[in-house]
Amino acid sequence: MGVEAFLFYALALLSLFSAVAMVGFVRNTMAGALSLVVTMISLAGIYVLLGAHLVAAIQIIVYAGAILVLFLFVIMLLDLRTDDFGSMRPGRRLLKVVGVVVSTALCAVIVQLLPDALPEAGPLPDGFGGFRDVGIRLFTEYVVPVETAGLLLLAAIVGAVILAKRRID
Amino acid sequence: MLLAVVLKTLFIVLVAIGALAPVITWIERKQSAVMQDRIGANRADIAGITALGLLHPLADVIKLLSKEDVVPTGANRFMHLMAPMIAVVPAIIAFAVIPYGGVYQFGATTVSLVPADIDWGLLYLFATGSLAAYGGVIAGWSSNNNWSLLGGVRNTAQMISYEVTMGLSVVGIFMVFGTLKLTDMAIAQDTTFRVFGFLQLIGFDEMPATLDWVRLPYWGIFLQPLGFIFFLTCIMAENKRPPFDMPEGESELIAGYFLEYSGMRFGLFYMAEFIEVVVIAGLLTALFLGGWSVPYLSQEMIIAAIEPVLGVGLATVLCMGLHVTTFLLKVLVMIWFQMLIRWSLPRFRYDQVMDLCWKIILPLSLANIFATALVMLAIGAA
Repeated sequence: MGVEAFLFYALALLSLFSAVAMVGFVRNTMAGALSLVVTMISLAGIYVLLGAHLVAAIQIIVYAGAILVLFLFVIMLLDLRTDDFGSMRPGRRLLKVVGVVVSTALCAVIVQLLPDALPEAGPLPDGFGGFRDVGIRLFTEYVVPVETAGLLLLAAIVGAVILAKRRID
Repeated sequence: MLLAVVLKTLFIVLVAIGALAPVITWIERKQSAVMQDRIGANRADIAGITALGLLHPLADVIKLLSKEDVVPTGANRFMHLMAPMIAVVPAIIAFAVIPYGGVYQFGATTVSLVPADIDWGLLYLFATGSLAAYGGVIAGWSSNNNWSLLGGVRNTAQMISYEVTMGLSVVGIFMVFGTLKLTDMAIAQDTTFRVFGFLQLIGFDEMPATLDWVRLPYWGIFLQPLGFIFFLTCIMAENKRPPFDMPEGESELIAGYFLEYSGMRFGLFYMAEFIEVVVIAGLLTALFLGGWSVPYLSQEMIIAAIEPVLGVGLATVLCMGLHVTTFLLKVLVMIWFQMLIRWSLPRFRYDQVMDLCWKIILPLSLANIFATALVMLAIGAA
C-alpha cells in the first residue's frame, strides 16, 4: 500500500469515526462540535490527496476556522453543560431507531449507486484544483451562480441583522 | 528527496523553534527592561556567570518542567490536557511554507530552501492560523472557570473578526505578485523598481537620468504600504499579545483562558505565542520585506560577482548562506519591532478592538484592493 492509499484510509477512518462521534456526543455539545472540527480537517486532508488544494484550504479556513469557531462561540456563550439536557424521553428513543434504520438504508442506496455515478477516470487537466483555475472558472463560466449565491447570502445577512436588531430595540 | 525534507525540517526545528523561541523570551525581558529604564533579567547564574541574563530561558524551562501539573476539579480532563498541544501545533506547522532561502542551481539539481513548496502557501498559512484559535477556546471552556470561559469567548470573537480582515489585507499583495506561492513571491521581490517610473505614465516622456537612478527594492512594503500596516495589525491581533491581549486581560480576567494551567502546560501556551511571533516575523519578511533577498543585490549579481574567484558551485553556496543570513536578520528585526509595539502600547478596550477591525481596517483594505486593481489596470500589469 502506497503512502497516498495509507493516508486516504487513515483520513477516511478518522472522518467517519469523528462524524459518528459528533452524533454520539449528544449531551456534551462541545465535544460534539470538536468532533465535527476533526471531521472537517480529515476531509480537507482527503481533498489534498485528490489534488483539490483550493477546496482543502477553504475547507479549513471557512469551515474549521470560521463556522465551527462560531459554533463554539455560541456554545460557550450559552454555557451549555452536560446536565442541561434531560434524560432521553421514550419518544426520542423511537426516533433514534427510525434514524438508524433510515440512514442505513440511505447508505446502502449510495453504495449501490456509487460505481455508476463516477465518471470515466481520465488524467486530470493541467492546473486542476489550483486557485488560478478555479478562480477563472468561477468568474467566467459560473459567474451567474456565484453572484446569485452572493446576493442570497447578503439578503440573509441583512435579514438576520434586522431580526436581531428588533429584539434588541 | 526525503533527506532534503528532513534536513530542512531539522533546520527549522533547531533554528526557528529551538534557538529563536527561547532567545525571544530573553529579548522580550531585556527589551522591556531597557524601555522601562530597568536592568532586566540578570539573576540566573551558573557559578556566578550570568551571561547577560541569557541563562533565564534555561531556568524557566527547569522551573516549568518541575512544577506540578494541576487539573482543576470539574474540568473536562481530556480537553484540559489537550488544549496546550492544540495551541502549539498550528504555530509549528506554519513554518513548513515559509521560505528562508531561494532556489539554487547546482548543475542539474535544483535546491529550494523551503520544506513544502506548495502553490497555495499563503492559504495554508491562513488555514493554520485559523486552527490556532482552538487551543485558547478549548482551554477556556474545559477549565471549569468563568474567567477562563470569558477569555475563551473573547478569543473566539477576536479570531473570527481578524481572520476576515487579515485575508483581505493581503489580497493586494497577491494581486501585485500574481501568486500565492511564497517562494515565487520572494523571487519576485529580488529586484528593484524606478521610484519615478510612474511619471512616464502620466505624460512625462523625457525623464532626467538622475531620477532614473532612484530605485527601491521591489518589496511588498513599498508596493503595498497600507497592506503592510493592516496585515501587521491583524496578525498581531490574531497572536493575542498586547495591545490585543483581551483574551488574557490580566486586570479583568486574571489570566483569561490559561488561568487554570500550571507547569509546562502553562509554558506551552507561552511557547505557542513566542513561536507565533517568529512565524509572523517570517511571514512579514516573506510577503513585505523581500524574503531572503539582499536589497539592490539580486541573486544573479551576487553569484556573478563571486564566480570568477571561487567558481559557480562555491559562489552559489556562499549566496545561499548570504540569503539565509539576510532572512534571519530581517526576521530578527521584525521580532524586535513586534516587541517594540508590545511594550509601547497599552491594551485596547474590547469595543475599540472590534471597531478597529470592522469599521476601520475592513473598509480601508477593501479600498486598498480596489485602488491596487485600478493602478494595475492603468500601468497594464494585469
